[in-house]
Amino acid sequence: MSERGGLSFIQAQDGTLVIRLLGAWSLKAGIPSAADVQGKVASTGISRRVAFDSRELTSWDSSVLTFLVEVSELCRQRGIPMDREGLPLGVQKLLALAEAVPERKGARRDVAEASFLERIGTSTLGLAGSAKEMLAFLGDMTVTFLALFRLKAHYRASDLFLLIQQCGAQALPIVTLISFLVGVILAFVGAVQLKQFGAQIYVADLVGIAMMREMGAMMTGIIMAGRTGAAFAAQIGTMKVTQEVDALTTAGFSPLEFLVLPRVMALIAMMPLLCLYANFVGVIGGAVIGVGMLDLSWTTYFNETANAISLTDISGGVFKASVYGVLIALSGCLRGLQCGNSSSAVGDAATSAVVTGIVAIVMACGIFAVVFYILGI
Amino acid sequence: MVGQAPTRNDAKPHITVRDLTMAFGSFVLMRDLNFTVNHGDVFIIMGGSGSGKSTLLRHLIGLLEPARGNIFYGDENFTKADSEQRQELLRRMGVLFQTGGLWSSMTLAENIGMLLEEYTDLNATEIREVASLKLALVGLKGFEDYYPSQISGGMQKRAGLARAMALDPEVLFFDEPSAGLDPISSRLLDELILELRDSLGATVVVVTHELASIFTIGNNSVFLDPDAKTMTASGDPKELLAHCSDPTVRAFLRRGEKEKS
Repeated sequence: MSERGGLSFIQAQDGTLVIRLLGAWSLKAGIPSAADVQGKVASTGISRRVAFDSRELTSWDSSVLTFLVEVSELCRQRGIPMDREGLPLGVQKLLALAEAVPERKGARRDVAEASFLERIGTSTLGLAGSAKEMLAFLGDMTVTFLALFRLKAHYRASDLFLLIQQCGAQALPIVTLISFLVGVILAFVGAVQLKQFGAQIYVADLVGIAMMREMGAMMTGIIMAGRTGAAFAAQIGTMKVTQEVDALTTAGFSPLEFLVLPRVMALIAMMPLLCLYANFVGVIGGAVIGVGMLDLSWTTYFNETANAISLTDISGGVFKASVYGVLIALSGCLRGLQCGNSSSAVGDAATSAVVTGIVAIVMACGIFAVVFYILGI
Repeated sequence: MVGQAPTRNDAKPHITVRDLTMAFGSFVLMRDLNFTVNHGDVFIIMGGSGSGKSTLLRHLIGLLEPARGNIFYGDENFTKADSEQRQELLRRMGVLFQTGGLWSSMTLAENIGMLLEEYTDLNATEIREVASLKLALVGLKGFEDYYPSQISGGMQKRAGLARAMALDPEVLFFDEPSAGLDPISSRLLDELILELRDSLGATVVVVTHELASIFTIGNNSVFLDPDAKTMTASGDPKELLAHCSDPTVRAFLRRGEKEKS
């Protein structure tokens, strides 16, 4: 390997600045700055021509070209002719190729940094726009549901059953694992505190009530937002990219009826069941701690749980779960339908579906807490 | 299938575009487009990459709304139509999308059958038979129970064409039919387009920049110039090649090669 690429300058008598290209130029070694040339041209002030000498240039790649394009631009600005004779033939040809098509007018984006206020304004407007889109989507979905009740909605029953399977039965393993652990965690937290008062038995009440009223629905919702909401967004987003959604529209099928409706229905149907299941598994998780750590018997634990919880607690939780189901399905489908036209847009849609879904669930949970409190449930 | 042969000299306008401006927000893509597609035409929408050819097609099939101007099918104003009229008009169109646009969760027969199920009173057996016939027409006999992902890109395109023809449409739209096809498949598709036009008596609108296709099948066209932001030529491509005064159009039709003087 010969020495690294470099530059040297010779100021000839006739006002020609000869730039000598030396050694082996490569992108890996870095590109010499054209500022040196600028400095040279400015300092001598008498350069009337720029020429090149590449006899000592042993090898070259795009680094030379990048440097020369800059020099060429510099010469053009200062009105100095640039003599390319001394350059290797390949470089001359590539340089000519790079300059063959003039820059398209308006193609260069304005990269001026937006001011702080401007950015706040833009994002506020964006927020208003996306709120409007969301409301429009909700309105369209209401109309679609009315069509469903008038039995005028078009969707494939086989799609619905497949979706029910995907977001019902196939979600059981993960729901089992998470709910069991949530039950265990709740029992642990309670056990440590309640043991101090000798009130271990109330661990059963704690786990039971917490699971039935809040945690069962909430944890199922969050699992399903990450699992199914993201899947919905990715499925519909991909269908947009492959023009399947366009094909539906032109064939006269509403994508809302055909794609969104069965997904919403599948989750409305499955979320309450998953929630009941999660409640049950959570109580078992609590019982394992109760029996294993606190020396309670299985019978005592379950009797205490049965006394502590009421049907209102259970149905409240199940009701919340179906609302969360609607929120997850709608946010997944909305983000899917808003998806852009590239593969990275599908990823963004899936991410955004999960975020929207979880935010919606937590917000709904807060609203429920207040409403249930006021209603005395 | 409708058996009537198209009468060559009846030049009844089928699609009329009046003062169409296409824009995304404040960004105007094309303005003042005016052209007419006659019954039985093979109409080519041509132009360089990024000139808005596909966008124009999306306007014609109602996937995008014009910023200004109107699109007429026969005497009916498609742009101003209410949603029911529009569905009625759409039912008479068939669209082959760039990627085929087949519904991936359904087999080829189901893809075609879905339209027949919705818009005809045929029973399941008849639907299956019609779907098989349509697939046979595009050379895909025996592929009824394949899913789109199980067949090649060229086959997906032909299957997409079979679906576009499901309801014997009066207008067929093709978005870049030869994109991603080898030269032979691409020529076969061109022949198929011509045959369909003749046998169905349909009007065909093709978005393409394949010169070979343009000259083989096109008898009417419009050229979109992204720099001028409007159409710079219209008419029979072969005549445009000989007589068009616009240098960009001539360069496009000659593949940028210098004209022999």
